[in-house]
Amino acid sequence: MRSETSIRLMQGNEACAEGAVAAGMRFFAGYPITPSTEIAEHLAAILPKVGGKFIQMEDEIASISAVIGASLTGAKSMTATSGPGFSLKQESIGFAAIAEVPCVIVNVMRVGPSTGVPTAPSQADVMQARWGTHGDHPVVVLCPTSVAETYTLIVEAFNISERWRIPVIFLMDEVVGHMREKVEIPDSGKLKIVNRAYPDCEPEDYLPFDADAGDGVVPPMADFGTGYRFHVTGLTHDRTGFPTTKRPEVDALIRRLDSKIDKARQEVTFVDEVLTDDADIVVFAYGITARAGAKAVRDARASGIAAGLLKAKTLWPFPDEYVERIAQKARAIVVPEMNMGQLVHEVERASKGKTKVISLTRVDAEPISPSEILSVLKEV
Amino acid sequence: MAKPITYYLRTDKMPHIWCEGCGHGIVLGAVLRAIDSLDLDKDNVCVVSGIGCASRAPGYLDFDTLHTTHGRALAFATGIKMMKPGLDVIVLAGDGDLAAIGGNHLIHAARRNINITTICFNNSIYGMTSGQYSPMTPTGKIATTAPYGHIEEPFDLCELVFAAGASLVGRGAAYHSGPLSRLIAKAIATDGFAFVEAVSQCPTYFGRRNKMKNALAMLDWQKEHAVTKKAASRLSPEELADKFVIGELGTRTRPEYTKRYESIIAAAAKETDENV
Ligand SMILES: Cc1ncc(C[n+]2csc(CCOP(=O)(O)OP(=O)(O)O)c2C)c(N)n1
Repeated sequence: MRSETSIRLMQGNEACAEGAVAAGMRFFAGYPITPSTEIAEHLAAILPKVGGKFIQMEDEIASISAVIGASLTGAKSMTATSGPGFSLKQESIGFAAIAEVPCVIVNVMRVGPSTGVPTAPSQADVMQARWGTHGDHPVVVLCPTSVAETYTLIVEAFNISERWRIPVIFLMDEVVGHMREKVEIPDSGKLKIVNRAYPDCEPEDYLPFDADAGDGVVPPMADFGTGYRFHVTGLTHDRTGFPTTKRPEVDALIRRLDSKIDKARQEVTFVDEVLTDDADIVVFAYGITARAGAKAVRDARASGIAAGLLKAKTLWPFPDEYVERIAQKARAIVVPEMNMGQLVHEVERASKGKTKVISLTRVDAEPISPSEILSVLKEV
Repeated sequence: MAKPITYYLRTDKMPHIWCEGCGHGIVLGAVLRAIDSLDLDKDNVCVVSGIGCASRAPGYLDFDTLHTTHGRALAFATGIKMMKPGLDVIVLAGDGDLAAIGGNHLIHAARRNINITTICFNNSIYGMTSGQYSPMTPTGKIATTAPYGHIEEPFDLCELVFAAGASLVGRGAAYHSGPLSRLIAKAIATDGFAFVEAVSQCPTYFGRRNKMKNALAMLDWQKEHAVTKKAASRLSPEELADKFVIGELGTRTRPEYTKRYESIIAAAAKETDENV
C-alpha cells in the first residue's frame, strides 16, 4: 500500500475509483456503460486487494439495490453509470433517501435523451440528479472539474453520505471521466474520512429512526447482523422504523429528511472563486466547462475585461449565497452549460433580478471552448 | 417446535395487514418453524422482501428485516450476503414480485448460486393491488385485468429457477404446511441458491372471482390438486394438466458464489505480493 504522497498520471474514471477506495469504499456493484465503464473495470481489479468486493450485476437497478443492501451491513458502497443507467436507478435512490442508507452514485454524463451520443460529453443530467426520483427527498450533488479534483471530491462524497445518511450523486462528464491528468495522491493518513454514527445504546433501546438519539437530524445507524434487529422500509415510518400513515408522523419524517440539506448546506458547499472580487462580469460554470471558463476569464482579463469565475463543485444544494453576492456586484453572470440551459435558471433565481443572467448553451456533443465563452464576455 | 412461534414475531406489530383467509400467514408460519428446527440465531438471520402483501411479512419478524422496492429483494439481498456471508439471508416475496418485475434478478441469483433462500408466496395474483393477473395466473382464470379470462400460460417457476442454476428447488402448499416447513428447512440448510414456491391462497382477489368462494374452498383445491413427485410419475400429461407437483423437485451440488469470491481475493492478493 501507498504510504507517502505520490504523483500519478490518471484517467478521471480511475481517479474516481481510487479516491473512492481511499474514502473507505469496500463494495461496488455496477453494470457496464460508456463513459463510466473504466470505474467498474478498475474497481474489479483493486477492490479485492483491500478486502472489498466487486460485482457486475444484471442491470443498473440491481446494482443500486445491491449497493444499498451492502451499505446496511456497514460497508461504504458505490455504483457508477451513465444516463440510461442513471434513469434506471432512480427508484432505488429514493429508497436510499427515505431509508437513510448512505451510498454514492456516480453518473458520468453523456449526451441524451435515451441512447443519445454514448461517447460524447454532456451536462444535461443536472436537474435529473436533483429531482430524478419521485417525491421530496434530500440529495447532495457534487461535480468535479479535473482529474485531481475527482479524487478529492469523491472522498467528500462519501464523507457527506456517511455524515448525513443520504445518497450522494457524483456527476462527472465524459471529458473529466476520460481525460488523463496529474494527480497528487495525498498520504492516506492525511485524508479526512468520516464514518456514519453508530448507536451507543443497547439493542433493546435502539430506535433506528430516532434522530433525537443523534444530532436531532440524523439518527445513529446500526449494521445488519450485529444484534440490533431492526426494520428498514421504503414506506413512511416512525422512529421505530415501522410503517406509519399517521399524518403528523409522515409530515415529521418528510420534513426531517428535507431539513438535512439546510443543515448540511455550509458543510457540503464547495465553490471556488477566481478573480471575482473586482469582477464586472462573472462566469458561473461547473464540470469541464469551468476549465474553459477559467481560460476565458484569463483571456478576458488580458484584453482589459474585468472578468471572474465562480466554479461550483457542489451543484445541489445550489450555492445560492455565492451567486447572490456576486449578483449584487457584477453587471452580468454568464452561464455556459453543455445542455439547453438547466442551472442557469437556478442562477437567475439566486440572483433575484440584481444582475443580468446570460445563458450559453451547447448541445452538439462537443465541449464548450474558451473562445466561445470569451466572445460572450466581450459582447456583454 | 422448540420455541413458541411468538419468539420469532414482533407481536407488537400485530394485527397484520393480511385479509381473512389469506394463505400468507400459513406460509410464514412454515418459514418460522423451519428456522426454529434449524435453531438459527435470531441475530444472524436477515429477511429481505420486495413489495406486495407477501413482502409485508418481514415487518412482523424479529430479525434484521428489509422491505425494499418492488421486485428487487434479491438484488438488495445479494449486497447483504456478499458483505456479510455469514448471515442467513432469506427472501420472502410474492409471485408478481419475484416472477414479473423481479424475474431477471431471480434467474441471475440462481445462476450465481449465491447462498440466499427464496420463498415465493404464490397466490397466482397481485394481491396488494387488488387482483390483476401475475405471471403465475393460470390460463382461463379471471383477474381485474383479465375480465374475459387469462390467455397467457404461467411459468413453471421451479423448472425455471433450476434451469438457471439453483442448488435446490421445491414446491409446497399452505394446505400441506408441515411438509412445506420441512422443505423450507432443507432450503435454508442448502449451501447455494435455494428456491421454494409456496402455493398460497388469496380468497379476496383470486378465489371469489374464480368460483372458490372462501379460503376453505381454496385449501380444498390445494389438497385435491397437489400431487407428490412419485404420484405424478404415474399420471398421464392429461391427468397432470390441472395438478401441481409438490416436494423437493431438484437438487445439485455447485460451488456457492460468496465462497467462490474467495478465489478472487486470493488471486488479487497473489498479484499484490508479486508486485511488491
Ligand atoms: C415499481 C412498482 N410497480 C408497481 C407497484 C405496485 N405494486 C405493488 S405490489 C404489486 C404486486 C404484488 O403482487 P405479488 O408480488 O404477487 O404479491 P401479493 O401482494 O400477491 O402477495 C404491484 C404491482 C409498485 N409498488 N412498484
